[in-house]
Amino acid sequence: MTPSTPVNPTSPTAGRSTGRTARRAAAPLALALCGALLAACSGAGGAGGSGGHSINVLMVNNPQMVDLQKLTAANFTKSTGIHVNFTVLPEDDVRDKITQDFSSQAGQYDVATISNYEAPIYAKNGWLAPLTAKAKADTAFDQSDILPAMQQSLSYNGQLYAEPFYGESSFLMYRKDVFAAKGLTMPAHPTWDQVASLAAKADGAQSGMKGICLRGQPGWGEMIAPLTTVVNTMGGTWFTKDWKAQLTSPAFTKATNFYVDLVRKHGEPGAAQSGFTECLNDLEQGKVAMWYDATSAAGSLEASDSPVAGKIGYVPAPVEQTKSSGWLYTWAWGVQKASKKQDDAWKFISWASGKGYENLVGTKLGWSRVPAGKRTSTYSNAAYDKASSAFAQPTLTALEAANPSNPGVQPRPAPGIQFVGIPEFTDLGTQVSQQLSSAIAGRTSVSSALSASQKLAEKVADKYAGQ
Amino acid sequence: MAAATAPTAAGPRIRTARAGRAPHERRERRNRRLLGLAAWICGIVFFLPFAWMVLTSFHSEQDAATNPPSLAAPLTLHGYREFFGSGTGVSPWPPLENSLTASVAATLLVLVLAIPAAYALSIRPVRKWTDVMFFFLSTKMLPAVAGLLPVYLIAKNAGMLDNIWTLVILYTSMNLPIAVWMMRSFLADVPVAIIEAASIDGAGLPTILTRIVAPVVAPGIAATALISFIFSWNELLFARVLTGVVADTAPVFLTSFVTSQGLFLAKVCAAAVCISLPVLAAGFAAQDKLVQGLSLGAVK
Repeated sequence: MTPSTPVNPTSPTAGRSTGRTARRAAAPLALALCGALLAACSGAGGAGGSGGHSINVLMVNNPQMVDLQKLTAANFTKSTGIHVNFTVLPEDDVRDKITQDFSSQAGQYDVATISNYEAPIYAKNGWLAPLTAKAKADTAFDQSDILPAMQQSLSYNGQLYAEPFYGESSFLMYRKDVFAAKGLTMPAHPTWDQVASLAAKADGAQSGMKGICLRGQPGWGEMIAPLTTVVNTMGGTWFTKDWKAQLTSPAFTKATNFYVDLVRKHGEPGAAQSGFTECLNDLEQGKVAMWYDATSAAGSLEASDSPVAGKIGYVPAPVEQTKSSGWLYTWAWGVQKASKKQDDAWKFISWASGKGYENLVGTKLGWSRVPAGKRTSTYSNAAYDKASSAFAQPTLTALEAANPSNPGVQPRPAPGIQFVGIPEFTDLGTQVSQQLSSAIAGRTSVSSALSASQKLAEKVADKYAGQ
Repeated sequence: MAAATAPTAAGPRIRTARAGRAPHERRERRNRRLLGLAAWICGIVFFLPFAWMVLTSFHSEQDAATNPPSLAAPLTLHGYREFFGSGTGVSPWPPLENSLTASVAATLLVLVLAIPAAYALSIRPVRKWTDVMFFFLSTKMLPAVAGLLPVYLIAKNAGMLDNIWTLVILYTSMNLPIAVWMMRSFLADVPVAIIEAASIDGAGLPTILTRIVAPVVAPGIAATALISFIFSWNELLFARVLTGVVADTAPVFLTSFVTSQGLFLAKVCAAAVCISLPVLAAGFAAQDKLVQGLSLGAVK
């Protein structure tokens, strides 16, 4: 665009009336400029990738997705001719963007990664296209191979609304070599009391090594996830079946005190800022002897460039009153209802979540990087089992034991293990986590953090109690 | 900024001290040295985060994530290779081109619109020009985020989502008020006497604008253009919400390196360094003009 210098045709000596005329004359000029601008806009064309066969995919920036991005052009696009435009964003941003695009049904994205937290909520809002019929028709996809807990957590009213890309539960990881050197034994099914005493004994086993890493970083998807599984197994819950907030109940208080005490006494340094990434780094660098977190961490820990590969033992999530306590989480593909490319979108999902893709990753990038935790067949694949023998079985056990509709000792008003499946939970969980993170940092007490949190939870409960 | 201007403020006092007694002179000299030291400390404090970012960008992901930080870790270009797509095969050029398009087009439009507006508010002020100035300023009083949702819905209904020209329009309107204010103050510095002298000599308006006004306010135009360019280049909020697959700008691309699973500090730092470079280059190129522009009185 070359801007013509707008020149006022009046000379400074000219009279006022001429000046006004000139100014009036400038108005159409300004309009013409705006018109030219708009013309330029429409000329530039609208949303991208609207060519014949292409789809827009919005996904979270996790390592499994980065691998997918790398493999798509040479494999999926090559065989189907469908070009895939990826937008990759960090977790919080991707949630904002998906909510924004899907709630307005703007249709910018055909496929997006959603979790089992969002899937039922979005489906209820009518934002997602049902996938049951497409999955049934696609025999090669083999829907029955998908783990039942996954299918259930991605369904709403009997219809399937998303297909898992990878799934995870939670388990306890520990340094076998450190435990052996200190003469410590990890029980096959540890309780939290046992873990606390092991953490005390392993604390200082090597210079600069703490007993355990537990997330303390604020965020409903950060510290709230492991903490809520501890609450579940210690007999607590966020809400009763009839929507009474329970954050100051004895069980919730006991569990929170236990978690905060353990991480303050024997946890990682800087716990209040530590999330998944920081703990992964701490365990890899020998700063902690144990870590309770997502099963998907094992892939990174056992990767060829990991300094602790082969040194880690895996046992189920510690329990107290329940038999199992692992969470259930999956990043899955959902199709926007407003998408005009539903068939191409399914082809992409069928490829990315299919058995063939797992084999592709295994052979091209290494078996520890396979997006596992969603198909039964993955765990009977000899090559995968060989590469991931240390954690494959514990992962499958944890995934099979997870029960999102009944994760604790009492009936729940909404599905979810490490979250409560209502839209308000992201805000509520994050605000509560900020309170509790302060308690971990020592700026406030657990009891005052919980009574502040109880008030927040009561507000949410009030919305549902009458319904 | 405050520390940088302080020594000049002390200037006149130093001259008077020199003419006076020796103890005063010594005290002034000491004060001046202290101010110099303060300026250096402020400079270093401002520069440290950037230096830290550059250093981290040359570390491996593992070294970048250690606590306490490992300063002397071996250097690597891994982060930069990641920025240029070695890991994902994603090229950084389309977002950089988008940013360039948005920033340059918006800056040109801002100048085209702001200079005549400023002319009408200073050299030949319209009636109630102070009200007009206040009106321009008032458009900046609404927090940008408050307009985000309406803008999104308008863009969606107009089919202008994920379109770089949407950002051009927005950046133009966002930077226009400040540009008008800046340009007005520069144009107000043009002495009426020289314009009158020129017109008495028979110069018409075009001649006056191009031969008298333009040379005097050129540094001001450079400063305004640079500010507008920097603000447009660095804008994230609207870019993140309104773009998607094809129109994402460099800051949006930068956020795509952040992940909640795995290490990313080194590559984010490398990306941030690369994305800051064009702005730094523009700043250095315009530095002379900028300093003149910011400290300018038309007649010295």
